Amino acid sequence: MSVVAEPEPEVEPESQAQLEARFQAVIGRKDRIEPRDWMPEAYRRTLVRQVAQHAHSEIIGMQPEGSWVGRAPSLRRKAILLAKVQDEAGHGLYLYSATETLGVSRQELTEMLISGKQKYSSIFNYPTLSYADMGTIGWLVDGAAICNQVPLCRTSFGPYGRAMIRICKEESFHQRQGYELLMTMMRGTDEQRAMVQESVDRFWWPSLMMFGPPDDASPNTAQSMAWGVKTHTNDELRQRFVDMTVPQAKALGVTLPDPELVWNEQRGAHDFGQPDWDEFWDVVKGNGPCNAQRVAHRKRAWDDGAWVREAALAFANSENGETSATSATSKSNESNQSNETGTA
Amino acid sequence: MPDVRTHEPDEHDNAYSGLLVNDAHWAFGTDFEDPLAGVDTTVPDGVDPATLATYCLMLGDDALVLSQRLAEWCSNAPDLEEDIALSNIALDLLGQARLLLARAAAADGSQVPALPDGSPVPDEDRLAFFRDGVQFRNVRLAEVPNGDFAQTIARILLFSSWRLALFEELSHSRDAVLAAVAAKGVKELTYHRDFAGRWFLTLARGTDESRRRLLAGLDALWPYWAELFETHEVERATALAGVGVDPAGIAADVDAVVEQVLAVSGVDRPAVPPLAGVQGSKGDKGSTGSKGRDGRHTEAHSRMIAEMQVVARAHPRGQW
Repeated sequence: MSVVAEPEPEVEPESQAQLEARFQAVIGRKDRIEPRDWMPEAYRRTLVRQVAQHAHSEIIGMQPEGSWVGRAPSLRRKAILLAKVQDEAGHGLYLYSATETLGVSRQELTEMLISGKQKYSSIFNYPTLSYADMGTIGWLVDGAAICNQVPLCRTSFGPYGRAMIRICKEESFHQRQGYELLMTMMRGTDEQRAMVQESVDRFWWPSLMMFGPPDDASPNTAQSMAWGVKTHTNDELRQRFVDMTVPQAKALGVTLPDPELVWNEQRGAHDFGQPDWDEFWDVVKGNGPCNAQRVAHRKRAWDDGAWVREAALAFANSENGETSATSATSKSNESNQSNETGTA
Repeated sequence: MPDVRTHEPDEHDNAYSGLLVNDAHWAFGTDFEDPLAGVDTTVPDGVDPATLATYCLMLGDDALVLSQRLAEWCSNAPDLEEDIALSNIALDLLGQARLLLARAAAADGSQVPALPDGSPVPDEDRLAFFRDGVQFRNVRLAEVPNGDFAQTIARILLFSSWRLALFEELSHSRDAVLAAVAAKGVKELTYHRDFAGRWFLTLARGTDESRRRLLAGLDALWPYWAELFETHEVERATALAGVGVDPAGIAADVDAVVEQVLAVSGVDRPAVPPLAGVQGSKGDKGSTGSKGRDGRHTEAHSRMIAEMQVVARAHPRGQW
């Protein structure tokens, strides 16, 4: 059920209050808010921020894995990895589309990404240093992402929730592929086993950071939960992730690099140590090992592609009988001097 | 130790569980129908297995090398739709390469590089990762660097027009495996050619900038075009045996297709001569000379192969 949208400025204060009450009632029933429904401006802003950040994470996340496609050590793994990175581009597409229903275009969002106005998941500011990372990213990073994302399948905004159902299915597939790569490597040579352990050591703590700061340092959580945008706190999801991962690590034969990690019989859950939150904030602020590189890569690809997007628009307009094809292009004369992509 | 599933109250959450199920069948590429299931893999009468294997390497290397190049676009394309499309084409070609390399190995195991005893590396990977650059038999058109998006489109148009015509004939091969690989590939290559043809037209008639880049890209590739229609001795022998295709025989058909795209795009055929071979003489087997089919490549090929092979070669006993 949903209420009919009306332009916000024409709404009288009384009916504004009514709209808000009806909106909150939809949330209370755990129904979906749809793009044409009235919604508080702050709800819209929160969703744009969250969905865009998610979309950007998919697109930036293509880089650390994409850089290993050319070096994949078997043709089967090359196919798996390339198909996975391709799926991430697809996830970015669904999510940008969901954001467009909130009135912000893909171009605007991309520009906010490359200008640093919008963020993406900090995990992608860590480097990929061996092929084992392709497995570890699948197992731990995609695993953490799934813990974060599965509850979002029931998030209050319809297009986001529906996109998440599809995305979660594919993420789950990726996670299994990643785990299977690690399992295969663990059955290989000593060098391969060492490579897996080193990779897990490097990604464990950043994976825990993916759930965000501890609840007492997460200012947006309460409002997001009241709106049904978020359904679990950061610490709840982090606990769930640790409890799921420990038996998987054991089956794999790797050690998780946390001396405080222990099963707590009383709680029915694992106790575990805290990541270095100073490092977390440092990376969030832009000082991670790869922040500058990731954004520069995205900016270069976007700028280098400007002439192609302009050509497509001009061609479409000429096919539609319009004479001034350039009138529709809103940006980027600067692109003409950009480098050619892909030359060795 | 807790059961993984006891922490999952929501039905959606079981996307995450099942990870510990010891089941190899869900891995990508293993739970799909085998495209060669039920296909007769015996080498047909009157066909020299070594020649057949070399021929399979030629067609397989064309696909592998271009796939490697196209995969370089991953995360670099002009927009997400093109990123996805270029990955699709790369994946199709990689699939073709795997079947053809496996066929080469099955026909003549002596062409598969030897590795230390007990190495679990499968034949397709031995061929892809443990041959040196000069043992690759791909045409040079497949290996040159991507250039910009326009040059990439021009290459896909040329390559897929040629390979589609070749595979249409190859689908009647006396070798049941090659026939099956070609029949599957025809559908893929039809899409590749269509994708490239539409973009070729778009760029030719889009903006001055796109047209300038397209013409430059086509000019850069044209020197490699004639090589695709020169008949190597191995191609001649397999064609005579009814298992391969003589590329000279498809030249007129391919030319007509390309001419049509050029005409509708208002693009003239480049006035650029073919690129010479590398040895300054005809090849020692009386073949087309020292070009891609003989393992004589461009400088960029070696660097590309080095990147492709670096992890695999560091772990000759590794399993992935």
